Amino acid sequence: MSKARVLVGTRKGAFVLTSDGKRKSWDVAGPFFAGWEIYHVAGSPADPNRLYASQSSAWFGQVIQRSDDGGVTWAPVGNKFVYDGVPGTHQWYDGTAHPWEFKRVWYLEPSLTDPDVVYAGVEDAALFRSSDGGQNWEELSGLRQHGSGPRWQPGAGGMCLHTIILDPTNPDRIYIAISAAGAFRTDDGGKSWRPINQGLKSQYIPDPNAEVGHCVHKMAMHPSRPGVLFMQKHWDVMRSDDAGDMWREVSGNLPTDFGFVVDVHAHEPETVYVVPIKSDSEHYPLDGKLQVYRSRSGGDEWEALTKGLPQENCYVNVLRDAMAVDSLDSCGVYFGTTGGQVYASVDAGDSWKPIVRDLPAVLSVEVQTLS
Amino acid sequence: MIRVVLPQHLRTLVGVSGEVELCIDGAATPRAILDALEARYPMLRGTIRDQVTQERRAFLRFFACQEDVSHESADFQLPDDVASGDEPLMIVGAIAGG
Repeated sequence: MSKARVLVGTRKGAFVLTSDGKRKSWDVAGPFFAGWEIYHVAGSPADPNRLYASQSSAWFGQVIQRSDDGGVTWAPVGNKFVYDGVPGTHQWYDGTAHPWEFKRVWYLEPSLTDPDVVYAGVEDAALFRSSDGGQNWEELSGLRQHGSGPRWQPGAGGMCLHTIILDPTNPDRIYIAISAAGAFRTDDGGKSWRPINQGLKSQYIPDPNAEVGHCVHKMAMHPSRPGVLFMQKHWDVMRSDDAGDMWREVSGNLPTDFGFVVDVHAHEPETVYVVPIKSDSEHYPLDGKLQVYRSRSGGDEWEALTKGLPQENCYVNVLRDAMAVDSLDSCGVYFGTTGGQVYASVDAGDSWKPIVRDLPAVLSVEVQTLS
Repeated sequence: MIRVVLPQHLRTLVGVSGEVELCIDGAATPRAILDALEARYPMLRGTIRDQVTQERRAFLRFFACQEDVSHESADFQLPDDVASGDEPLMIVGAIAGG
């Protein structure tokens, strides 16, 4: 019997929601790590009982937690994230040079094949890797030392590395994204990196077509087509058909193309989801109506999905890591809000309902499809 | 015997409900106490002081016998009452909302 397990990170703890394959009723466990910020919880594709969680606090810094039983019990593992060599400087908000400082882990991406291998995207932006189940961490410093680092700058949420995508057909290829530097790709397992931002246009930076400096909010890929990428940029929804070498805008008829999340249907690689947000200065849905937009054509043409979602007086945000899809039939789509709701659709977005509500502000949502 | 009072979140992290008692060799200094504390509870590394610089985290304070010793050196000789265990070293989180 198939099951779904939703991993929710919030401002004040983590929650684990489970349901059978029908996904009609949900058990809610948690809060785990109560009172701490949980930026991300992720499960290993190679061993679904192996979970990693990023637990952090302004008071006590960074802790990484690991579960080997699907989130029932947890234990802290290694939390020593030290930049390789002299970290140097990046741009501060006012353009001055600012030293690189580790603040927190935003994103954890377990290996597709080895449960002991996991990548961590951190603020200030860098990529770390552990090959011993999170006990020890080593920076893949070729990214930060690519040469453009002094021109990277923080977005409003900090200079975070928030997206890590592993190519299932090529273990040497990894995509990452940083706000606000842009997207990068390695084709040699993380030794060397190059920016993949051609085609992005960002009017809010001095050179809208710059090699780096773009505020990429999230990227997504369908595993059957690892060269096709979708991106929700600060403004603009983008698509690349050549592994990021060139991007084109696919915002099409979206009512606003600002937003944070983007994801791809588990079985239909041309079906894409975004949640339009009014603007960079008003982080809530347009007209107080929470709407997911779905394109069945890989972008450009979008339809509003509203059934079951609040259509008045809704002023929540949906943060960049707070959308996920399961691979059940039909595809389940999940997203969490800063108002503490996690909405789910078990019919690929046609209708929605909250599977939990009144949690602390949701920072991240992941889902595991279990057999 | 040295007594240490941890903030609630760190008590939860290490799985203790009350004070922590430590034996240390030599003088009772913040460095010696934190070294012993982290040796017993490795998950505390990085949560009270930076793992590289060993600097106290900005939102934490150290109190001994009602005195703020946060800004003393790591090798500051703590009061005799702390060294004897009559008074605890208190590690206190800054009061802040949220």
